[in-house]
Amino acid sequence: MLEIRGLSACIGDKEILKGIDLTVPQGEIHAIMGPNGSGKSTLGYVLSGREDYTVTGGTVTFNGANLLEMEPEARAIAGVFLAFQAPIELPGVNNANFLRTALNAVRRARGEAELDAVQFLKLARAETKRLHMRDDMLKRNVNVGFSGGEKKRNEVLQMALLRPKLAILDETDSGLDIDALKIVADGVNALRSAEFSALVITHHQRLLDHLVPHRVHVLSQGRIIRSGGPELAKELEQSGYASLIAEAA
Amino acid sequence: MAVETETLETVQALTQSGYKWGFETNVEMEFAPKGLNEDIIRLISARKQEPAWMLDWRLKAFAAWQKMEEPQWARVEHPPIDYQDLHYYAAPKKKAGPKSLDEVDPELLAMYEKLGIPLKERAILAGVDPDAAEGGSRQIAVDAVFDSVSVATTFKETLSKAGVIFCPISEAIREYPDLVKQYLGTVVPVGDNFFAALNSAVFTDGSFVYIPKGVRCPMELSTYFRINARNTGQFERTLIIAEEGSYVSYLEGCTAPQRDENQLHAAVVELVTMDDAQIKYSTVQNWYPGDEHGKGGIYNFVTKRGACRGARSKISWTQVETGSAITWKYPSCVLLGEDSVGEFYSVAVTNNHQQADTGTKMIHVGRGSRSTIVSKGISAGHSNNTYRGLVRMAPTAKNARNFTQCDSLLIGDRCGAHTVPYIESRNLTAKVEHEATTSKIAEDQLFYCRQRGLSEEDAVGLIVNGFCKDVLKELPMEFAVEAQKLLAVSLEGSVG
Repeated sequence: MLEIRGLSACIGDKEILKGIDLTVPQGEIHAIMGPNGSGKSTLGYVLSGREDYTVTGGTVTFNGANLLEMEPEARAIAGVFLAFQAPIELPGVNNANFLRTALNAVRRARGEAELDAVQFLKLARAETKRLHMRDDMLKRNVNVGFSGGEKKRNEVLQMALLRPKLAILDETDSGLDIDALKIVADGVNALRSAEFSALVITHHQRLLDHLVPHRVHVLSQGRIIRSGGPELAKELEQSGYASLIAEAA
Repeated sequence: MAVETETLETVQALTQSGYKWGFETNVEMEFAPKGLNEDIIRLISARKQEPAWMLDWRLKAFAAWQKMEEPQWARVEHPPIDYQDLHYYAAPKKKAGPKSLDEVDPELLAMYEKLGIPLKERAILAGVDPDAAEGGSRQIAVDAVFDSVSVATTFKETLSKAGVIFCPISEAIREYPDLVKQYLGTVVPVGDNFFAALNSAVFTDGSFVYIPKGVRCPMELSTYFRINARNTGQFERTLIIAEEGSYVSYLEGCTAPQRDENQLHAAVVELVTMDDAQIKYSTVQNWYPGDEHGKGGIYNFVTKRGACRGARSKISWTQVETGSAITWKYPSCVLLGEDSVGEFYSVAVTNNHQQADTGTKMIHVGRGSRSTIVSKGISAGHSNNTYRGLVRMAPTAKNARNFTQCDSLLIGDRCGAHTVPYIESRNLTAKVEHEATTSKIAEDQLFYCRQRGLSEEDAVGLIVNGFCKDVLKELPMEFAVEAQKLLAVSLEGSVG
């Protein structure tokens, strides 16, 4: 379970999160929506431990642990996964090698046996097939020369391999056509279980057609101004954020 | 892929600080008195039982050196070197050179183990039957240079069957004087530069390789150099000749024990290829770089040059430079033959207060000669890393081509990367291309890796090895593994 209480954070002098309260119980998928600049991505970065952000107040506990005290890699090993909005390129670093190194780091920390190259490739090939991705994606350098859609799918592949307990998807649907969108949604849906929860940050309701959330939260100016069921997303799609924001002000 | 994984495992294993190779071997040493004069040169020559012509050659070089001044153009700074305050000759005390490995000091063999010399080579040094070791794996012959005297030479027999000569240069001077006389100093003349002249006057040992016409050397030749005595300048001299249609791959690796005083190392390497011959020369240089405050470390002033004398001949330099307080090194190719090929692949890493001024010279004389330069400089800490390269197209170099790729990677914000390309083209049909980039290991790259569960050190290792991939893939496999370990170890503690 993820529990966020009064979380505030800034970058430089600029306060972005101004007291977030949010609980995501195990097994649930929550959507975070909101206009540009409302702090959606910042929330994802703060939860995963990006150092550019300074937490100025509040607490975050994840399965009983104080998440804010942990290094980014410790959070990853505890099961927090961030699917990046703009996945980073690593020139010269082979994707399969990167994925195996990451997977083995996580497995090692969890006391599981590491996978050798053959075992890993078997697993990775099965996942790429399931995600309708081409095998050559494993041979290429991490995200280098990938199209926007390929990068997003590569994030979903990593997520599928690392099997996180909490996945944070930062606008993973942006810039995707409907087929790619479905692959992303399927990737998350395949992980659904009583131990898996997700925070799905998105601008659009259409992802939520394929990835039906338990709850939807609207973020504006660093605060959650409204929460509701999946119908809230549909309501937003029709009326936009403006009326909600005016209401909250 | 296995190689990269091994790197990561190594970083995890090597989290202790300090220089892993900083140990000293207790072998009794014999020193010549400090200082440099004609008497010392006579002493060296006498100890090596050299013929008179060699002594004359040395004395001529010494005379030239005395008129020369230390070059000042490199982007390196160091206190003045007192050349009279160094020992120019040191040899382990031995009655005679060992005839076989059994006679080699066990301490030396133990040292190879500490150096992390690949298992296979250690097995060879331990006396494993070479024919038994053949089973699909390549053989490597090791000419071990311990301070100034070669103490172990392996695989001589297999090589001599193929007609290959691989021996200490001091032996070559005695046994093959005509060959040595014909080639020594023809690629790097005695008066070429200050350090080459010094080397010519006082060199004590090194390797000699001769590959006869049409012979593909049956194994990779390997030399491990090591500076071991306090205040002893080590002056290696290597000469490799590849006759028409022959091929040889030569590996050179160096590690040195920890010292407080700075030590001078001024080697000269000369390569010669005739028609259709090829020499592949790979170096992993890991001399002691000094401590994190810039105290101690090796001064490495090296002249390496190859002459592609024959048509379609090829010389390929690959270097991974992670050590030394100061590196001053420009492995070069003089492309005389028609359609001859020169290559330079380099990774230079500087951390803490290290200074590297390194690069290459490609001198195109022959028609249709081609050269490729790929240089990867990595700077961390307070270090300075300079690529300095010359591409010269002589008027005769019709349709010659050069491609240069020069990339710098910065880690942290207190280090420097500098690129100084010189291009001289005197032939309108010659083509010279130069590409250069400078990048930083970005915070977002590190964060991306860490978010996936990699430690910061693993992440840096992965990114740096990715950056160097184009060069590392040119190294023979055993060396590539060693080089990747070195990269990771050299950059330990450079982030955060």
